[in-house]
Amino acid sequence: MSFIVSDVQNGVMTLTLNRPERLNSFNDEMHRQLAEVLTQAERDETIRCLLITGEGRGFCAGQDLNDRNVDPSGDAPDLGYSVETFYNPLLRRLAKLPKPVIAAVNGVAAGAGATLALGCDMVIAARSAKFIMSFSKLGLVPDCGGTWFLPRLTGRARAMGLALLGDTLTAEQAHEWGMIWQVVDDEQLSDTARQLALHFATQPTFGLGLIKQALYASETNTLDAQLDLERDYQRLAGRSEDYREGVSAFLAKRPATFKGK
Amino acid sequence: MSELLSQQNGRALTLTLNRPQARNALNNALLTLIAEALEAAQQDASIGAVVITGNERFFAAGADLKEMASRDMPATLNDPRPQLWARIERFPKPLITAVNGYALGAGCELALLSDIIVAGDNARFGLPEITLGIMPGAGGTQRLIRSVGKALAYRMVLSGEAIDADRALRAGLVAEVHPAALTLEYAQKLAVSIARHAPLALQAAKNALQQAQNTGLSQGLLQERQLFTLLAATEDRQEGIAAFLEKRPAEFKGR
Repeated sequence: MSFIVSDVQNGVMTLTLNRPERLNSFNDEMHRQLAEVLTQAERDETIRCLLITGEGRGFCAGQDLNDRNVDPSGDAPDLGYSVETFYNPLLRRLAKLPKPVIAAVNGVAAGAGATLALGCDMVIAARSAKFIMSFSKLGLVPDCGGTWFLPRLTGRARAMGLALLGDTLTAEQAHEWGMIWQVVDDEQLSDTARQLALHFATQPTFGLGLIKQALYASETNTLDAQLDLERDYQRLAGRSEDYREGVSAFLAKRPATFKGK
Repeated sequence: MSELLSQQNGRALTLTLNRPQARNALNNALLTLIAEALEAAQQDASIGAVVITGNERFFAAGADLKEMASRDMPATLNDPRPQLWARIERFPKPLITAVNGYALGAGCELALLSDIIVAGDNARFGLPEITLGIMPGAGGTQRLIRSVGKALAYRMVLSGEAIDADRALRAGLVAEVHPAALTLEYAQKLAVSIARHAPLALQAAKNALQQAQNTGLSQGLLQERQLFTLLAATEDRQEGIAAFLEKRPAEFKGR
């Protein structure tokens, strides 16, 4: 049973969460399959963009509460286990991946499904999609990077409101608050996301990877440290083949052909 | 190809551990090569400082376990390794390690033995000996605690768990952290700039810093003053001060 369907075409790896009957919620097996596919995305240089979406009407409903590891009907479960074993490595790997990661949120994104989407580099949502920080209603804490991403995306006041109330946020509201990149009509989501992914797959991936790392680093760096980091990354970017190509193409007034290196 | 590559850039010599198939494990043969290269560099007046590095993924991931496994107690008693480490430690010129990736066990101990550690942001330092039923045997328990303090040293030695570059920087184990692709380049830059200084002054200063680990404060201060006095008899001291006062670069001769 494939809970993760992956497909590589034209430099884009499309990764579809595929448990539609359970709103693509995570169980351990699905996590393992996802981890395996991510390894391929990390190692394969021809993959220059990762696109994550959900099968069916939902994007991802977070942790599957029917999974035996989190079943509260017996002894108290160790929820830290799945966070430590699956969610944290997943978020760390997405953040470290030196290529753009797009989330195409096709429907409801709840709990870890919502915070997973927010952990992607670019989020495009269908107009009917919803983001639900459902953790607080179960007595839990937003995981999958939720407490880190929310205040950085929305500011503390909105982060508090969202996380403490656990209310449903529409895609349009999320867009208005600057939490996601774009909202499109439902029937346009797939095309819009694919177009963006294909665009990234032709861009200077090495440089894009550095931009991403620099933005992450800025979350904890002082201005001083960040200026040093910009110097270092610019030094590296300036030695890339794509920089050479970009400048030559610009001077020759022709379109650039980037290799991602 | 040799298991230890060497390349000179101005007055800085770079030694590259090159046993990629063994994750740069420091067996006796490789330690011998390092000792010999450093002894040659000691005699070579054109070399002012040395950088030791590995590759992007491994600085050195430990000792050679197969070599170690074959040694029983009597053989370990007469192991040539401590002599090899002592020869490396006797190198009197500035010794910098540029660490990318894993510096574990003996690899971590080699970094600890060096004067300055420059780390890549992907570097990991650890002493996992305990997980093998042994313990650090080349300075790991002694040098680590002197640089990072009790809390972290016990944590690392008894758990065998490694720390990342950021933690190592905060703990005072490494002097600087850079993007991995720039680690060696920046370490070499540092070596080149250090190697511009008067060789005898570098040697005396390194000696004094080493004494700080071996003696009490009052004895250390005494030895520092003696070394300081010794430099007063050098031509390079006159040149250094004169050049500063005349606002020109100094030209040191190593005398």
